[in-house]
Parts: sequence; C-alpha cells; structure tokens
Amino acid sequence: MSEKFFWEAVRDALKEEMIRDPNVFLMGEDIAIYGGAYGATRGLYEEFGEERVRDTAISEAAIAGAATGAAMLGMRPVAEIMYADFLTLAMDQLVNTAAKNRYMFGGRTKVPLVLRTEGGAGRGIAAQHSQSTEAWFNHVPGLYLVMPATPYDAKGLLKTCIRDDNPILFVEHKMLYGTKGEVPDEEYLIPLGLADVKRAGKDVTVIAYSKMVLESLKAAEQLAEEGIDAEVVDLRSIKPLDVDTIVRSVRKTGRVICVSEGCKMNGVASELVSVIQEEAFDYLDAPVRRVCAADVPIPMSPVLEAAAVPSAEDVVQAAKDLLG
Amino acid sequence: MKEEVCVSESKHVVAAEKGDKTGVSRRTFLKGLGAIGPGTIFFSAGIARQAKGQYGPTYTDGLSAEQLTAMYTDMLKIRLWESKIKDLILTGGFRGVAHLYVGQEAIAVGVCNALRKDDYIASNHRGHGHLIAKGGDLGLMLAEITHKATGYCKGYGGSLHITDMSLGILGMDGIVGTAHLFGAGAAYGIKVKGTDQVAVSFGGDGSLQNSFFSSAANAAAAWKLPWIGVIENNAFQIWVRSSDVYGIQDLARRADGYGIEGRVVDGNDVLSVYNVAKYAAEKARAGGGPTIIECKTYRWYDHYGAGGAKRGVDGAFRLGYRSDRELRDWMAKDPIPRFRKFLVNEKVMTEQRADEIVAEVTQAVEDAVAFAKAQPVPKPEDGLLNVFAEGAVPLHKS
Ligand SMILES: Cc1ncc(C[n+]2csc(CCOP(=O)(O)OP(=O)(O)O)c2C)c(N)n1
Ligand SMILES: [Mg+2]
Repeated sequence: MSEKFFWEAVRDALKEEMIRDPNVFLMGEDIAIYGGAYGATRGLYEEFGEERVRDTAISEAAIAGAATGAAMLGMRPVAEIMYADFLTLAMDQLVNTAAKNRYMFGGRTKVPLVLRTEGGAGRGIAAQHSQSTEAWFNHVPGLYLVMPATPYDAKGLLKTCIRDDNPILFVEHKMLYGTKGEVPDEEYLIPLGLADVKRAGKDVTVIAYSKMVLESLKAAEQLAEEGIDAEVVDLRSIKPLDVDTIVRSVRKTGRVICVSEGCKMNGVASELVSVIQEEAFDYLDAPVRRVCAADVPIPMSPVLEAAAVPSAEDVVQAAKDLLG
Repeated sequence: MKEEVCVSESKHVVAAEKGDKTGVSRRTFLKGLGAIGPGTIFFSAGIARQAKGQYGPTYTDGLSAEQLTAMYTDMLKIRLWESKIKDLILTGGFRGVAHLYVGQEAIAVGVCNALRKDDYIASNHRGHGHLIAKGGDLGLMLAEITHKATGYCKGYGGSLHITDMSLGILGMDGIVGTAHLFGAGAAYGIKVKGTDQVAVSFGGDGSLQNSFFSSAANAAAAWKLPWIGVIENNAFQIWVRSSDVYGIQDLARRADGYGIEGRVVDGNDVLSVYNVAKYAAEKARAGGGPTIIECKTYRWYDHYGAGGAKRGVDGAFRLGYRSDRELRDWMAKDPIPRFRKFLVNEKVMTEQRADEIVAEVTQAVEDAVAFAKAQPVPKPEDGLLNVFAEGAVPLHKS
C-alpha cells in the first residue's frame, strides 16, 4: 500500500492501462503539456508522446465524436472533458451516437469509450464550472455512469472502465483531486455495479456517491457522538446500480437518506428512492429522505455556494429528523 | 514547442504595400504607428496602407483630443484595476478564478470606443477589459468579483459572469465561443427592430473551435447582420499554443469561407484597432453587413490567476509553456506607453497631463477597492432568488 492523491490514482490507472494496451490513448483540452485542468494526466505526454496524449482544440463535440469513431475501430480512447458543465457540448455525440450506437446497429458495433470529466461545486467558480450534471446522463440508455469517492476506488474503477466494451461517463469531483488515500502497489480491478459499504451501522442507511460520501462519513461521525449508528453506502457506480447492497442495508436499518450534490428534482437520489420503494418497501420504517442541492444554478459567492449544495450538517439533520 | 509568435502572413502585408503607397502621406496616423517601436513598424504600416486603400477614410483622423484622452484613460483603468486583482490573488484575498486581460487593453478600448453607448457587446471569460471599456463601473465590478451582495450581479456571478445591460453589455460568459452567437443573435434582434445599432462579440483564438463562431458568422453573412466578430488572438488556449491546433495562422482568413470581410490588425495598437472597428461599425450601421476582425496580441499573465507573477512587477514569468523572451518581446510592444508616446508627440497631451491621468486612475482604483471592501456579503437565502423571473424557488434541500 502507498498513500496517493486522488489525481495520482487516476493518473496511475491511465498510465498502467496505456502500458498494457497500445490501443488506449488520451485526448482532451490541455491534457498534454498542462497535464489536465486538475493535473490528472500530468507526466503522461512526456512518457507516451503526442499521438497517445493529444491536446485538442476547444471543441467538446470533436472530442466526444472523434473518440466515438476511434472506439468503433477497436481503439480504447479515454477522452477528457475539462468540466462536467461542458458535457452539454459533447452531449449529442455521447447520447445520440456513442450510447445508442451498438443498439441502433443491432449489436454489430462496440464503443469502448471512457469519457472522463470533473464536476461539482466548492471552488467559487460559479454557475458554468460547478454543476453536478450526472443525472442528465443517468437517463440515457446505453451509457454507464461511474463516480468514485476515494483514490482506491478511482484507480480500480477507471482501469475496469478502460477494459469495458461500453461507453462510460467517469466523473471525478473537483474537490477530491487533492484528497489522499491508501492504494495497493499491486494491480487490482473493481467491478462495475458493486457498491461499497464505507461504514457499517444499524440505525440509518446513508446512500451517497462521489464527494458526498466524504460528507456522509463526516456526518456519521457526528451522529455516532449522539448515539446514532449510521451505515454509509458508497454507490461508486450509479449505472450499473448495485440494488442488492442497497436493499440489504435498508433491510437492516429501515431508514434511508439518499445524498447527491445534484439538484433535487429528478436527480440520482430520486432514482434511488424509486428503486428502494419498489424493492424494499416492506422494510421501511419511515419515508426515504433526499439530501440534495437546491434547485438553483451554483452561485459564486461562498455564502451562496455553501447554501446551495448539501453538506455533512444537512445529512446529520436529516438523520435526526428520521430518528427523532 | 514552437517558439514563433503569431504575426500576419507576410504575403498579405506585402501585397497591401505594393497596392497602395498613398497611405504613407497620412502624417498623424503613421506617426502614431511610428511610436510603436522597432520591429512592428513594418507589420503595422502594412496594415495602415491596407486600411487606407480599402476602408476609405482613416477614421482615427476624426478623433478629438477628448476622445483620444479617454481612450488612454480607459486602457490605464483596465491595466491598474486588473493589477489590483493580481495583488489580491497574490495576497490570498481572492477566491475563485480571474482571467486577466493585461496586455490586450488596446483591443477592448479600440473596439468599444468605435461603438456607441447603445451598441451591444458580448464578452467572454477574459472580459474585464471589455466591460471597463464599455463603461463598466470599477467599484461594482470589484464588488462582484469579491462576491459582495451589492456587486454588479449580487455575488452570484463573480469574475466570470459580470454584466450591465444598461451599458449594452450582454455579459461575460464562461463557455468558450458562445459570445459570438449572442452577438449574432443581438445583431438579428437589431435588424428585426430596424435600428442602426451594431453588436460585437469578443472571443479568443480558441473561440472558433466549437460550432458557435461558424454558426454566428454564417447567419450574419446570410442575413447581412450588423455583427462584428472580434478575435483576440493571444497565441494560447490555456497552455496549448494555437498554432498546434490550427492549420492556418491568420484566423480571419476563415471569413472568406462565410462570405464575410475579414481583417487582421495589430492588437497592441489601439488606433489600428479603432480604425478597423470604426470602419466595421459604420459599414454595419449602413446595412453593409458583418466584419470579422482578428487582433494579434499576447496575454501577460497566466491563463488565469497569478502563477509566475509578483506584486509590483508586470507579467508572469517562468511559465513552462512559453519563454520569458517571448513575453518580454511582447511587453516591449505594450500598447499603453506606445499610445502615450503618440499622444505626447502629437501634442494631444503633455507628459505632465499624462502623469496626472495615471494618478487619477490610480485613485479611482483605490476608491473601487475601498468601495468593494465596505460592501456586505449576500445572505444565504438570497441564493434562491432570481432562478425564475417571478422570484424565489422554494428551498427544499432536504
Ligand atoms: C466550451 C468550453 N470548453 C473549455 C473551456 C475551458 N477553457 C476556459 S478558457 C479556455 C481557453 C480559451 O482560449 P482562447 O479562446 O484563446 O481565450 P484566451 O483564454 O486565450 O483569452 C478553455 C479551454 C470552456 N470554458 N468552455
Ligand atoms: Mg487565446
């Protein structure tokens, strides 16, 4: 084991897969010389050269579209969209081409594409650089959605995604790159569709993903001081979704809080509530709660930004409401 | 990495020189260009002749001493106000990101002074300069980027999103290139309304790469919209050198493909920029349709923030993607002293008056800082306002 930054774990996954498979290549804005807006491709241009680490023009459509075309040949592109906010500009290529390619062509094609991007609030960079856009993509058939919370999960999941034969949206939270965690020195893979119970507990289940896992764990610590034993389930991949782990936890606690940094309306948490009510209704002792962002764009001022997105305190409050 | 800087393909300049010698006689204008300093005279003189040959009158001749002085003042405002932001960043008193405009002042000031107050501009992420040149208030802008409740946009927008519709500003935008669409859309609105206003959009060399610019230019050409697309070619898109992602050097050459007139101009020479912009604006007002203007320039600081910069020292050095020599070469073409020298030579102002203006602008910036500091921060519940025209949305975070 070694302690690694989140960005290093991402970089190591890319590097190992590029060494293993010559079909893996990277493209995106400022990923080569600059090393990516959040540093996750640092050093790879120097190691692999410009054909495999390509700085592109500022055209997200070109990035997603070209990566789709290359993937159809059997290449394994890992394309980067600098901010999840700019996925809108890649959306047609991703939704109308990559995600439904195989289906439309009756199973005759494969699109082994990973689109990495970075999302979330916390840096005071306002409404066009802070959004959580994952829910829009969770609605798209044919697209997997992966959002790790720790360096360990980021590395193991990204390696799996690169080897997977489907188009996958891999979202890294901007405030996670500087976090640290233990990562094994030897190779490992984490399967898609497997949630991870990050903290076991018996009183209430908190389901979260990405940075909200850290907020939920913080909340669990605070709740423990008040005698409430929270279980924190980290989804890791939102699609495929690990319904079994969710249901197992709900059966144990009977109370659930679904946490997402995205807006509340039609968000990932809404989907979780639906699944729980379909699969585990009889085990519920209270209505399922959602802790999400307010339905507003992300404002710039720190006061407003903090008020817009959920935090550990919001999770604590929701748990107390449920158990009170 | 390639070391060359973007300059106009020489054949354009040479052809223009051959074609028309009469421009040389324009004493005032060329003397102004002569003040630019060694190394750029050839390039700019070529453009001046091009201007004379193809634009009819040299519009700079029509500028009054007051207007020229105001242009000098505006450039200084941008320089000194942004230097304050650099200081704030360096002393840790700034949260968020700010894309500094320093080095490019001649473009915003040259273009906006060629416009009327009721004309429109659409701005981008590097837009502080555009706003100041269009009349933006230094205090309200500073309050906004330091996230105060009484800033231009109540602290919702910050450095990336400032606007003042009353000044004809359609806003700064963080999505690279979209300003061109808003500019063309505004131009369409003007055409439908039937007024003689014009709409300008600003974008960097990177702003032509998504579909926005193409769509804007195509529509503007097809419908003869009063649109001016300004490309500020500062050679970089973050750390990527533009020449690594384009097959052409003069981006204005693309204009041909849309059926629009395209011009390349020295973006560090405020009078050259003004001249072309004025020509384009008058043409648009008269129903002559759009123009694309590419201004060659260079940003002195890093893409955003103050990496490589120091307090009290202009420019950001030792950045991995560019050489200090390249920056120094461009700093030698600093648009502000060039223009000052010209104004003094032409007896528009004395050295003493120029110094007074520096002192006045310095004071105005200090006043802006004091104003911004005294402003209140927003209240958390304010964040629920303005989502819809009717007002607040119900808060349901949990
Ligand atoms: C659509 C989109 N893609 C990527 C970005 C990230 N980004 C912000 S500024 C920038 C570079 C812009 O370069 P240019 O247009 O030349 O303007 P400059 O910064 O040089 O003034 C990039 C890639 C963005 N804001 N919007
Ligand atoms: Mg640029």
